[in-house]
Parts: sequence; C-alpha cells; structure tokens
Amino acid sequence: MSSAPPAAHGHDAAGHGHDAHHDHDEHGASHGTFGGYLAGFLLSILLTAIPFWLIMGDVFRSPTTAAIVVLVFAAIQIVVHMVYFLHMNSKSESGWTMLALIFTVVVVVITLAGSFWVMHHLNANMMPMAPHDDTMPMSPEGMRQMR
Amino acid sequence: MTTATIASGASAPQFYTTEEHHPENGTLLGFWLYLMSDCLIFAVLFACYGVLGRSYAAGPSGKDLFDLGLVALNTAFLLLSSITYGFAMLEMAKNRKGSTLFWLGVTGLFGAAFLCVEIYEFAHLIHEGATPQRSAFLSSFFTLVGTHGLHVTFGMIWLITLMVQVTRRGLIPENRRRLACLSMFWHFLDVIWIGVFTFVYLMGTL
Amino acid sequence: MTPSPAPESLLFGRLSLEAIPLHEPILLITFAAVAVGGVATLGAITYFRLWGWLWRDWLTSIDHKKIGIMYMILGVVMLLRGFADALMMRAQQAIAFAGFEGYLPPHHYDQIFTAHGVIMIFFVAMPMVTGFMNYIVPLQIGARDVAFPFLNNFSFWMTTGGAVLVMTSLFVGEFAATGWLAYPPLSGIAYSPWVGVDYYIWALQIAGVGTLLSGVNLIATIVKMRAPGMTMMRMPVFTWTALCTNVLIVASFPVLTAVLALLSLDRYLGTAFFTNDMGGSPMMYVNLIWIWGHPEVYILILPAFGIFSEVVSTYCGKRLFGYASMVYATVVITILSYLVWLHHFFTMGSGASVNSFFGITTMIISIPTGAKIFNWLFTMYRGRIRFELPMMWTVAFMLTFVIGGMTGVLLAVPPADFVLHNSLFLIAHFHNVIIGGVLFGLFAGINYWFPKAFGFKLDEFWGKISFWCWVVGFYVAFMPLYILGLMGVTRRMSKFDDPSLQIWFVIAAFGAVLIAAGIGAFLMQIFVSVLRREKLKDVTGDPWNGRTLEWATSSPPPAYNFAFTPVVHDLDAWNDMKRRGYVRPTSGFIPIHMPKNTGAGVVLSALSVICGFALIWHIWWLAIASLLALIVSAIVHTFNYDRDFHIPASEVIASERARTKLLEGRA
Repeated sequence: MSSAPPAAHGHDAAGHGHDAHHDHDEHGASHGTFGGYLAGFLLSILLTAIPFWLIMGDVFRSPTTAAIVVLVFAAIQIVVHMVYFLHMNSKSESGWTMLALIFTVVVVVITLAGSFWVMHHLNANMMPMAPHDDTMPMSPEGMRQMR
Repeated sequence: MTTATIASGASAPQFYTTEEHHPENGTLLGFWLYLMSDCLIFAVLFACYGVLGRSYAAGPSGKDLFDLGLVALNTAFLLLSSITYGFAMLEMAKNRKGSTLFWLGVTGLFGAAFLCVEIYEFAHLIHEGATPQRSAFLSSFFTLVGTHGLHVTFGMIWLITLMVQVTRRGLIPENRRRLACLSMFWHFLDVIWIGVFTFVYLMGTL
Repeated sequence: MTPSPAPESLLFGRLSLEAIPLHEPILLITFAAVAVGGVATLGAITYFRLWGWLWRDWLTSIDHKKIGIMYMILGVVMLLRGFADALMMRAQQAIAFAGFEGYLPPHHYDQIFTAHGVIMIFFVAMPMVTGFMNYIVPLQIGARDVAFPFLNNFSFWMTTGGAVLVMTSLFVGEFAATGWLAYPPLSGIAYSPWVGVDYYIWALQIAGVGTLLSGVNLIATIVKMRAPGMTMMRMPVFTWTALCTNVLIVASFPVLTAVLALLSLDRYLGTAFFTNDMGGSPMMYVNLIWIWGHPEVYILILPAFGIFSEVVSTYCGKRLFGYASMVYATVVITILSYLVWLHHFFTMGSGASVNSFFGITTMIISIPTGAKIFNWLFTMYRGRIRFELPMMWTVAFMLTFVIGGMTGVLLAVPPADFVLHNSLFLIAHFHNVIIGGVLFGLFAGINYWFPKAFGFKLDEFWGKISFWCWVVGFYVAFMPLYILGLMGVTRRMSKFDDPSLQIWFVIAAFGAVLIAAGIGAFLMQIFVSVLRREKLKDVTGDPWNGRTLEWATSSPPPAYNFAFTPVVHDLDAWNDMKRRGYVRPTSGFIPIHMPKNTGAGVVLSALSVICGFALIWHIWWLAIASLLALIVSAIVHTFNYDRDFHIPASEVIASERARTKLLEGRA
C-alpha cells in the first residue's frame, strides 16, 4: 500500500479507487441494448410461465418438490432480471453496486433463514399445536384474567 | 507550524491538484444503496409472511382465496412495463425525447393496469370477508402485497413527475440521471414481484 | 392517569385539554422551565436580530460542517433531557423501599425509563455519532462536501423532527410505558390504548428516515469523493469505521422501519401480526426488532473505535499499530453483528441448538474487538504519549470497556443468561459498554476535534473535572447494579420490598449525582473556553500535530474545506505531507463549485412532524392534508434545477490570504 508515490497530478494518481473518467457521469451505468432487453424479456416470460403452469396444472404430486422447483425458477428469474434489466455486472461503479448487492443478499438470507429457524424452533418448543388448529386463542381479556 | 515556513526540497511530490477536482457523481450508486435498504424492508415482510403465513386462525387459506389467473395477468402487466421502460431508456440513449416520452407513457399505462387489478383483487377479498384483520396470514399477505403496490404507486407518481420534467427541460443530464434512477426502481419492483408471486401466490396455493 | 377513552372529535381527534398533564406537578414545573427558557431564547434571537442569520447561515445550510455541529447541539440538548430521566429513576429507586411508594407513580416511572432509553440511543448517541461522521469524514478524505448535500440537511431535520415529537409527548399526552423497544403485546392497542406508543412509533419513524438517508449519503461520499490517491487502504481509520457504520445503518434501519410499521398496522388497523389471538406472534416482533437492534449497537460503537484510533495515534506520535488488522477487524465486526441477535432473548425458548449457535457467534465477535484493544495498546507501547484530555478519555475507555466486554461474554453463555436475563446485571453491562465505549469516545472526539470546528481549544481544567466526575461517577453508579443483578434484582422496578437492597441503590444514586456534576463541568468547560477563546486560539489549524487531512486546512475550515484538493501518497496523509516538506499553496486559486443552501429540508421535516402528530392523535384530516403537502413539496423541490454556485476566485484568495497572514503572524 505504501509504495513509492507516483509523480502525481491528481487525475492520474495510481491506485485511485476508480478510473479517472470525470467527464461523463454516466460512468459504468450502461443502458443495455435492444437485444439484451428482448432476451431478458423472453427469458422472464419463459421463467414465469413454467412455474405458473407447474402449479396451476398440478404437475407435481408432492408440494415440497413443487415448492422447491418453483423457488429455483424464481431464483433464476431474479438473476435474469438483475443481468438484463438492471445491468448488474462486476464492473459498474467500480464493483461497488455488486458488492452492495452481495452484502444485501447475505443480510437478507440471514434475516429470512434466521427468522424461520428461530421461530420454527420456538413454535416447536413452546406451543405444540397443529398449524390449522387455533383452539387456544388468547384474547386480551383472557390475558388480563390470567394476571 | 511547519506548513508555510519550510522550504521544500526540489524533489517534493505534489500534494494538491492545481485545477478543480470533480469527483464522480454518486447519484446512481446512492440510489442503488437506497434500493438495497428497500430490499431489507421487503425481507422483513417476507419473513413475516413465511412465519405467519400458515396462521389462518380458522379462517380462509391461500388455497381458498388466490386466483392464479389474475396473478398471471398482473405478472404479465409488470413484465411488459419493464421492457417498455427498457425501450424508453434505449430511446433516451439515442437522445429522442418524443419516443422516450411515448415509451414512458406506455410503461405508466401498464403500471396503472397492474394497480387496477390489484385493487380489484383486494376489494374482492375484503368483500368476501378475508380482511387483513381476519388472521395473521391475511395481515401478512395484505401488507406484503400492499407494500409492493404502494411502491408501484409511488413509482407512478415519480414517472408522471419525470414526464413533465422531460417535457419541460428535455433530456438534460439531470433528467437522464433521474430516468436512470427510476429505471432501477422500476426493475427492482419487478424483482420483488417475482418473489411475491412465487412465495405468496404459487407456494400459497400448494 | 390515562384518561378514559373520550369520543374522538372530527376536528381534534382524541386530542383534548385533558391531554395536557395539569395534575402532575413534576411535569408542570418542567414545562414552566422549558417555556421560560424557550421564550428567553426566542426573545434573545429576536432582540439581537439573529433570525435572518440563523436561517441563512445555519438552518438552511447544506455545509456538512454546520450540519455536523447542529447534530452535536441536538445531541447535547437531548442528553440533558435523557439524563434528567436517569436522575429521576435513580432517586425513585433509592427511596422507594418497604412500603414507601417513592415520588413517582408506576405509570409515570414506566414512561421515564422508556423515554430515557429511547432518547439516549436515538437522540443522543445517534445524532452525536452522525454529527462526527458528517463533520470529519469529508475533511479526512479531502472532499468539499458530502455526496448529496441537500439530503444531508434533510436528514438532520428529520432526526430533529423525531426529537421534537418525543419532547412534545412530555407536555401533550404521554410517552410509551413499554421499555425502549416497545415489545408487544404490551405495546399493542389492548394494553397501551392511549398515545404513548404512537408517539414512540412516529418519532422513531421520522428520525429513522433521516438516519437511513444520512447513511446512504455518507457511503456514497466515502466511495466516490475520496481525494486522488486515497485508496481504500489509505483511508483514515475513523473514515473506515464511518463507512462500516453507515453500511450497518443502511442494512439494518429498514428492518426497524418495517417492524414499527407492522406494529402500527396492528395498532391502527387491527391487523394480527404481533397479537396474542388470530394467529399473531409477539415473539416475531422481538425477533425482528433485534435483527435491527444488534447492528445498532455496533453502529454506535464503531465510530467511537475510530475516534480512539485517531486519538491514540495522534497523541502517541506514531502510526497506528496494525492498521490493516484494524480495518479487517472492523469489517468482520460489521458482518458478524448480523449473526448474534438472538442473544438478546435466549430465554424466549428456541431451545438448545438455536441458543448455542447464537451464544457461540456472540463469543466470536469479541475476538476482533479484543484485537482492536491490543492494537491501541501496542500503538501506545514505546510511543511518546501526551496525556491530553482525548488521550485520558481513551485510557479510561480501554479499562472500562474491557470490563463491559467481559460481562458481555458472561451474558453470552445461555445458561448464565437464564439467570441474569432482565436483571440489573444486564443494565450494568450495557451501560458499561455504551458509557464506557460510546460516550467516552464522544468526549474524546469532542475534545480532539473542537479546535478544528471552532478555532480554539477546550479548557483543560474543567475538562479534567468533567473527566474524573464521569469516570468515577460511572463506576459508583453501575458497579452496585452488577451486584444487585447477581442477587437477582430485575430491571424496570419502581419500588422494592427488601430493605437490605436499599444501600446499593443509594450508592448508585450518588454515582448518578457525580455524573451530573460531570455533565455540568462539561457545559462549564465549553462556557469557559468560549470566554477565553482568544487565549486558547489555534491559528495553525493543526494544534495536536495531527496526522490526517482534516488538520491540513485552517481551523475552522473555510466553506470549501480545501482551496486545492489534496493528493494523497500514503496513509496518514497530512503527516506524510508535513514530513516531506509540503508547502501551502498561496496563489493560482480558481473559483470553487459548491451547492446552494435550501430551506426545503426544514419544510419537509416540519410537514412530517405535523403528519406524525396528527396520526398520533387520530386527527385524520390533518394527517391526510400534511401527507399530501409533504408529497407535493417534495415534487416541487425536484423542479428546482438551480442548485449550485461558484465561490469566486477572489473570495478564495481573500480567505487564503487571511490564513497566510495568521500563519505568518505566529511564525
């Protein structure tokens, strides 16, 4: 990091976090191409239609299989949208958008998986009831009496 | 102390720029960061739906309520609006103000169609007694889908505002930047909708 | 206390004269004092014809330095309110024994501890931390301002708007009586039917918008606006911690926003997210709010770590030991802080597997923190240490924070937590890390950067008195709470039966009085320094022989910060410049491009506060009207394209020439 400093004029100082494209502020934000948008659109139609057909046509007997397959399609379609519509790549904004996205995905996964895990264990340990069976409604009045 | 007084050696490197330094504009990055934070709002709503989505409180379930045909129609509207926005951006890149405005208008119409269908769906559910107050499942359903709808509504307001601004000022750099931000917002809502129709509607009817 | 639910009127909602607590002498006296003080301040501003100056130069300013100072003022004002609450609690607990009820009725006491927590976290610690980041970060990276100057002003006013709502709750209606995180079902409509929780919700939502936007703003600033040559690994440590803090803000405050929105849906529309019936789950609220709550802890402490790093390396006259490890430790803490949230509710009943996972991650997070402590110690080792005030605060921090950290690791053991959960041991622990960490850090920072912001140093005598009162007062106030906690005394009690506990509470109350003296001495320190400002003047801009770029410019810096943008060749850029014979440029100045002031932030925030107030009191017409006004004025603001101006070269030349004179006069 502390290598010999280059004879520096600000704009071409080596190791500056990003390339020195100061003139145009559309740096790194491409608007895509017609072909790109069309490819993304066709792919998303496909990736939307198949899961709808899978569920509406009752293709899978096991709901778990169906759920997993549908989720996989959703994940692929999200990637398609990210690439073709949001023009995500590791270059835009010197990689900062990608870094932010990866961090967000990690936090989202932690939030979702963590909540499901924690709340599932809580429900299993603390209120052993069937999901449909709401036989023990705790009304505020009931709680007051219990106090 | 030392600043002004010490005479420098001849080899001292330059410690400042002699002309005005223009840092890159941070708007697109900043807006992306905002979208990431919005992503987390939706993550919380998805988490709530995931945890509470089977707590029917002896009320109706997703299987009883959801009309997948309607959802497919709505998905189509949103997908179409996404590609028309893409066309608007392409026209903007070619600096054609009129056709940019045209495609923005088409996008707005698809967005409005989406909202109408969603409002119809909600009204229908409430009419049948499946209100947000009925069960934790319905609370989380209405909130998740409604928050997405609210985002689309704000997207529409923003779209209209931008159309006025482009009409008045043309495709100046500020307006281009704003259109690029709205483009990200609009496609981002599409991504969220993929999660909604998969996680809520498709998996909810299983 | 809570008036019986009166019929809501169309015009005023549930707001009526009954909402003003005329029957409470404590509140009446406070109100009278605030009213007299407020009228006196407003009168003075009017008398000295300062309104125009205040509006043009401060309230509408988008200069990051002025906004930073305004954040600090907000923090100090709210500190007085939050600390008054603390004193009242300590007094109540010291006397309410064996049948004596004390002087605070339970409902009032509950509001006080809730307000204390909310104010200290959201309206003292957060504004002060944000204020420092606002002021220092652009200077440290050699920028002219933040990336979105208007947004910065707007963020500040939204934070202030939240504080205004909290203060309003003191005199109109009530505040939440639920504890600072407002757990349902207690915070649900069934058990908190009146306005307290609504004040809580809308104050935090409005302030939360400000916090989130300032987070986005500062990330974009650090990523995009660093001076040429300043790579990521040449950034000052404070800027690094600011970056990580703002990443945490952007990635955690939305969770708070969402969960509070769900709570308000439960309260306003009768949905069933966190209710006991209709399939709702109150524990889901607890789970979600701590997904925000734990990163929040690090949002507060990371900038303090940054301040200590700057202070240690400056006052030891050497480069920070283990800069890279410091950066990596900060990044690791940032990520790990998302993996520990369940340790706040081990006793919820998720079972052994879940609890052990979160217990272990909690212990792991103490490793990078420990590494930081060693880095500071090794920086001091064989350094030429100058025990100025900031350094004293730093040493006190290291001692105190290690104790707090160790009791934290104790609490991370789930079986131990089952004993200590919700006890005064926990209270002692988190005050130990927040006072010993964040607060000591803020005081170190205030003493360190004050001369940069105002052009004169702070008085040392009163600073030392404040320091010793705070440090000793902290130990006297909180060590008894550790002992009480180990004896099983729970938190949030307004009275006790066992008289043998009383002596500990009396000692703690004495500690609180010492801290009060510390706060008084701090105010005195500022007052005395302002009086003696000529004597304490800093003409060099670099009073401590600093190492980072903020010391390269004058004190206080000109509006444009640097006449020419610095070029960075090494870590500790200013130290590098001084070492290699940097000569300050005195000619060739050019006009500087700067953003214009705007009053839009004040307007938008005021409308938000009105909207929040209307929602709290169910004044629906006003809520709708102010929301529409909010949207319309936001749109109108976007039609203003004329947002920048140039500071003419002549002005730059004039202020730089003045500085040259100042420097020559000294030499």
